[in-house]
Amino acid sequence: MSDVEILFLIIAVVTLLAALFVVTTPNLVHAALWLILTLFGVAATFVLLNATFLAVVQVVVYIGAIAVLMIFAIMLTRRVMKDSGPQTNANWGWAALLGLTLFAGLTFVLINSGAADASLPALAADVDPLVQLGQELVSPNAYVIPFELASVLLLAAMIGAIAVAWKE
Amino acid sequence: MLDNWLYIGLFIIVALFIPAVAVFLPRLIAPRKPNAIKQETYECGIETVGDAWVQFKVQYYIFALVFLVFDIELVFLFPWAVAFDKLPLFAVMEGVLFITILLVGLLYVWRKGALEWA
Amino acid sequence: MGDPINLISQWFTNLLLGWGLAENLVIVISLAIGAAIVATLGMITVIALIWVERKIAGRLQDRLGPNRAGPYGLLQPFADMIKIFTKEITTPDGADKVAFNIAPVLAMASVLLIWAVIPFAATVVGTNINVGVLYIVAVGSFGVIAVLMAGWSSNNKFALLGAFRAVAQMVSYEVPMVIALLVPVLLARSMGMNDIVAAQTPWFIILAPLAALIFLITSMAEVGRAPFDLIEAESEIVAGFHTEYSGMGFGMFYVSEFLHVWTIGALIATFFLGGWSGPGAENLPILGILYFYIKTFIGYFVITWIRLSLPRVRIDQLLAFNWKFLTPLALVVLIVTAIVDKSLEMVGVERWAYALIMLAANLLIGWATVLILKAIEPARARQRVEFEPRPVAVAPKPTDN
Repeated sequence: MSDVEILFLIIAVVTLLAALFVVTTPNLVHAALWLILTLFGVAATFVLLNATFLAVVQVVVYIGAIAVLMIFAIMLTRRVMKDSGPQTNANWGWAALLGLTLFAGLTFVLINSGAADASLPALAADVDPLVQLGQELVSPNAYVIPFELASVLLLAAMIGAIAVAWKE
Repeated sequence: MLDNWLYIGLFIIVALFIPAVAVFLPRLIAPRKPNAIKQETYECGIETVGDAWVQFKVQYYIFALVFLVFDIELVFLFPWAVAFDKLPLFAVMEGVLFITILLVGLLYVWRKGALEWA
Repeated sequence: MGDPINLISQWFTNLLLGWGLAENLVIVISLAIGAAIVATLGMITVIALIWVERKIAGRLQDRLGPNRAGPYGLLQPFADMIKIFTKEITTPDGADKVAFNIAPVLAMASVLLIWAVIPFAATVVGTNINVGVLYIVAVGSFGVIAVLMAGWSSNNKFALLGAFRAVAQMVSYEVPMVIALLVPVLLARSMGMNDIVAAQTPWFIILAPLAALIFLITSMAEVGRAPFDLIEAESEIVAGFHTEYSGMGFGMFYVSEFLHVWTIGALIATFFLGGWSGPGAENLPILGILYFYIKTFIGYFVITWIRLSLPRVRIDQLLAFNWKFLTPLALVVLIVTAIVDKSLEMVGVERWAYALIMLAANLLIGWATVLILKAIEPARARQRVEFEPRPVAVAPKPTDN
C-alpha cells in the first residue's frame, strides 16, 4: 500500500466511526459534535483527492455554518443538558439490513462499472484548477445559469426561512 | 501539492498537541482539593436556580440562518475573483449580478425587520 | 548567505538522509519540526505580548503598568505563567468533562493553525497553498465550535448565554470579513498568501483602504475585544463562555485571545501592508522577516489602541452595525472594485494611474457613505429612546433649623 492509501484508510475509519457515534449517542449535542468530526473527515478525504478548494469549502460551509446552525437549533428547542430517549426502536434491525443492502448494491454497481479501477484524470499542469473553476462558473458555455440560479435559490431559501421562523 | 497539505496535516497535530500538553501539565503539579462548594455552578455567589438551559431569543437562530446563506454565496465568489484576469466583461458582470442578488436578499431581511434585536 | 533558515533546513534534511532514513520519512520529520517551530514561536510571542500589552495599556491610561517583577516589569509574564500553571483546575458539577477539556485546546489550535500559511519572508513560508485565504476562514470556524463547546459543557446558564452571544457575533462579523478578504484576492488574482504579498505594488491599503478598514473592524469583533467585548460583559453574564474555567483551561482561552490579536496584525500586514516586502527583502529574507514583524506590530498596536479607547457597545448596536452598515458597505466596495478593475484593464492604464483611480473610487464610496449617514441621521435620532432625566442624587434642601 502506498502512503496515501494508508492515510486514506485512517481517515476513512475515523470518519465512519464518528458517523456511527452520531447516530448512537443519546445526547443531541454530542451527536452534533461527532457530526463535526465526520464532516472534517470528509474534508480530509477531499484533500487526498487533490480537491483542495472543496476541502476548505467543506469546512467553511459545513462546519463553520451548518453545524453551528444545527447546534443553535438544538439548543433553542431542547433541554440540552439532558439525554434524549433510547436511540433505537423495534425496527432497527430492518433499518440496518436496508442500509447494508443499499451499501452492497452501490459497491456492486461501482465495481461492475469499472469506476473503482479508474485512476484520477490528471490535472492540467500549467493552469491553476481554481482559475479553471472560476472561469467555468461564470462562462456562458458552462455553468453560468446554475451559478445565477444558485444565488436565486439561496435568496428564496433565506426568504422562506425568515417567513417560517420570524413572527412580527 | 500534497506536500503542502502534509505540512498542514502535521500542523493540525502539533497545534492540538501543544495546548493539550499545556492543559494537561498543571494536573500533575497543581493542587487538587475539590469540595462540594467549589464544584458548584458559579453565579457570583448566588445559588443557582433551575438548570443551565434558559429560553433563548429566536434572533440568535435568525442571524445564524442569514449568515449561512451569505457564507455559501460568498464561497462561490472566490474562484470568480481568482480567475478575474481571464474573465471577459460579461463574466465579470455575471459576478456583479450575483452580488446584487445577495444585496437584494439583505435588503429584504432588513425591511422585514428580522435584523432588529428588540 | 542571506537565507540562513532555508540553509539550516537544507543541512538538517541532508543530515537525516545521511543517516540512511527513507526520503518520505525525512520530509515528514522536517515538516513536523517546521510546524512545531512555527507553533512554539506563536506561543512564545504571547509571553512577550502580555508584557507589551500591559505596558501600552498602562501608558495610554496614564499608569505605569507592570514595573515590580524584574527591570521594567519584564519578568511579569513569567510570574503570571508560574501562577497559572500551579493553579487548581476545577471542573463544575454536571459539566461534560470531555467537551469541557477539549474546548480550550481547540480554541488555541484554531488560532495557531492560521500561522501555517502566513509568509514570513520571500522564502520562509510554511506553505503556499492555493486556497490560503479560505483556509484562514475555515480554521476560524473551529474557534466558533470551541466557544460553543465551552459554553455548553460548563453547565452554567451564563456560560451558555455568553457562548450564544459570542457565536452570534462571530458568525455575523464573518460575513463582511469574508467580503473584505475577497477584495485583496480579486486584486491579487490569487488566494495564496505569498502570491497576495507578491502582488502588492503598491500596497493594497492604497488600492483598497475601505476593505482594510472593514477587515480591521470585523476581525476585532471576531476576537471579541473592546469595543466588541460584550461576549464577556461582566456586569451581565459574569465572564461569558469561560466563566467556569480556572487555571490553565482559562489560560488557554486567554492566550488564544492574545495570539489572535497578534495574528490579526499579521493578517493585516500580509493582506494590506505588503507583508514581508520592502527595500532589499527579495534578496535578504532576514530583512523580510523584520519588515513583516514591524508591520504586524503596527496592526497589533492599532487594535490595542482602539481597545483601550472605546467603551463597550450594546448587542443591538453591535448587530445593527454589522448587518445594516458593514455588510452593505463591503458589498458595494466589492462591486465597485470589480467593475473599476475590469474597466481599467480594458482601457489599459499604467500601474500608478490604476492605483490612483482605485484610491479615488474608495474615497468616493467613503464620502458617499458619510453623506448618506448624515442624511438619515434625523430619522435615526427619532428612533432613539428618550428617558425622563432621573435625579439619582438630589442634594437635600437646606432646612431652617
